[in-house]
Amino acid sequence: MTALRLLLVDDEAPARTRLRNLLDDIAPQFATEVVAEAGDGIEALERIEDAAFDVALVDIRMPRMDGLQLALQLMRRAEPPAIIFITAFDQYAVKAFDLSAVDYLLKPVRSQRLLEALRKVRRGEPGPAALQKLVPDGRRQLRSTERGRVILIPIEEVLFLRAEQKYVTARTAIAEHLLEDSLLQLESEFGQRFVRVHRNCLVAVAAMAGYERAADEEGEGEPHWQLRLRGVSDKIPVSRRQWPVVKALIKN
Amino acid sequence: MANERGSIRQNRAPSALPNLCNLGVTLRVLLAVNGLALLAVLVRNAAWSGLAARIVDLSMWVEPILIASLLAVCASRKWLDRVSYRFAFILAVAAVAAIAWFFSDAIRQVVDSPANPWQAMLWAALTATCVLQWLMLTQQAREPALAEARLMALTSRIRPHFLFNSLNAILGVIRADPRRAETALEELAELFRALMQDPRDLVLLSDEIALSRRYLDLERLRLGDRLKVKWDVASCPPDALMPSLMLQPLLENAVYHGVEPADDPGAISIHLARMNNQVRIELINPLQAGQVPAKGNQMALANIRERLMLLYDIEASLVTEVGENSYTVRITIPYRKQ
Repeated sequence: MTALRLLLVDDEAPARTRLRNLLDDIAPQFATEVVAEAGDGIEALERIEDAAFDVALVDIRMPRMDGLQLALQLMRRAEPPAIIFITAFDQYAVKAFDLSAVDYLLKPVRSQRLLEALRKVRRGEPGPAALQKLVPDGRRQLRSTERGRVILIPIEEVLFLRAEQKYVTARTAIAEHLLEDSLLQLESEFGQRFVRVHRNCLVAVAAMAGYERAADEEGEGEPHWQLRLRGVSDKIPVSRRQWPVVKALIKN
Repeated sequence: MANERGSIRQNRAPSALPNLCNLGVTLRVLLAVNGLALLAVLVRNAAWSGLAARIVDLSMWVEPILIASLLAVCASRKWLDRVSYRFAFILAVAAVAAIAWFFSDAIRQVVDSPANPWQAMLWAALTATCVLQWLMLTQQAREPALAEARLMALTSRIRPHFLFNSLNAILGVIRADPRRAETALEELAELFRALMQDPRDLVLLSDEIALSRRYLDLERLRLGDRLKVKWDVASCPPDALMPSLMLQPLLENAVYHGVEPADDPGAISIHLARMNNQVRIELINPLQAGQVPAKGNQMALANIRERLMLLYDIEASLVTEVGENSYTVRITIPYRKQ
């Protein structure tokens, strides 16, 4: 049997050492190989960008990007790994894990318990549905890769998302980023925050500043409307079908 | 331990008279006695006319006796505390009675009144008995709260989060650096010994600082360079007394909310200083922008506030201040020495 490839993520160095010690201890019964280690979620995403691995052992409370947010990002990989959460004491999280049957380890971690968890682990677990229950607000950052570098865009900075031919781009006040998600996916994940204004565009409700009549080249026909946004000069055309929804949102 | 549990359940007889030197207690006594005097005037005079004159008339007798009694009991506190509660009670009432006789006799001669000093003495003794009894009852009513606070303290003052993470970190270094693990376990033991102390005990400020440093040392094991602390204790008297475990929970809050969630947190700073007859403790920790102090934090603060109230009444204070990216806790306690 080939060794299970692991990613260890914990902001405390001794905690990572402890996990490695335990993995060494159980090696005769269960072979594992640590592919990467990281001190927080963002570092983890950078380290495993091109690496393949099977299981992520993830601490929940971490700076920059916590364990649950990291799990949401990992689940979007082409080959999502299995995720085992680790926590010292978090009554709220533990209760939520039990409810959604997500496996977790308690600190101090025991080797027997670690072995059990690794033995029954399955790729892609916990699935998106279970994670959705744990983190109802979804991801806080969108992920983009530019020249091999991972870029995380805080979701509240995104003004609109637009599908252009093969790609979806996220526009912030200062830049434009290519995303790997589809517009449909993004709409179902962030339906609270964004509204579809056109077949190929989602706009952040909070970014809408007002609307105006679009200049009609022919000077005839039915009026076209377009949205003005806070922070950028781009005007977003609104489709006739979506106009009543968008208008109601602006009026409120 | 069995003894200690016993003391939590029972209402013990008070061991000493209420501290009449305490501003809060003094205020309450002044209000109560004047209230009683007012009531006496109202009961004796059905008519409203001339009521003010009578109140003034009575105050002339009551105030000197009241103030002299308070001063006398406060001044003789050291001796009264050495004898049993019952004996101290009788001594205090007798002292008040004697003062009443002496003053009313003197006032009688000055204003030429037919009042009988023996009658004044009886009234004073009766009032003193009532007031002392009332103070004792209010103190006893608070006693269960004190016990409760102590139980709460045991469960909430040190976060389970800290305990389990520390144990995990110690297990993490035990193979590579057994000596560091040993030190850490010793520090953990010290911390828990302090935790199991009676929260009513006052400790030396220098001891509390030493304990806090040990706590920070433990946290440094897990957090490494992320934990930075600036101490400013130069102008603080090491012999001052303060309630045990007052600084450590504040630091724990600061670490949990200010340091742990931050990638590159600023330093926690602690200023301890004496100002006249007060000791000021100020703790400032970095706060992530937009972060609201959480509920757990409020609980620890409420716990400290209650203990301050139980120990110092209105002579101590605790205020918090949320800045743009900092959180400040300021505690003022009276400066007391051993």
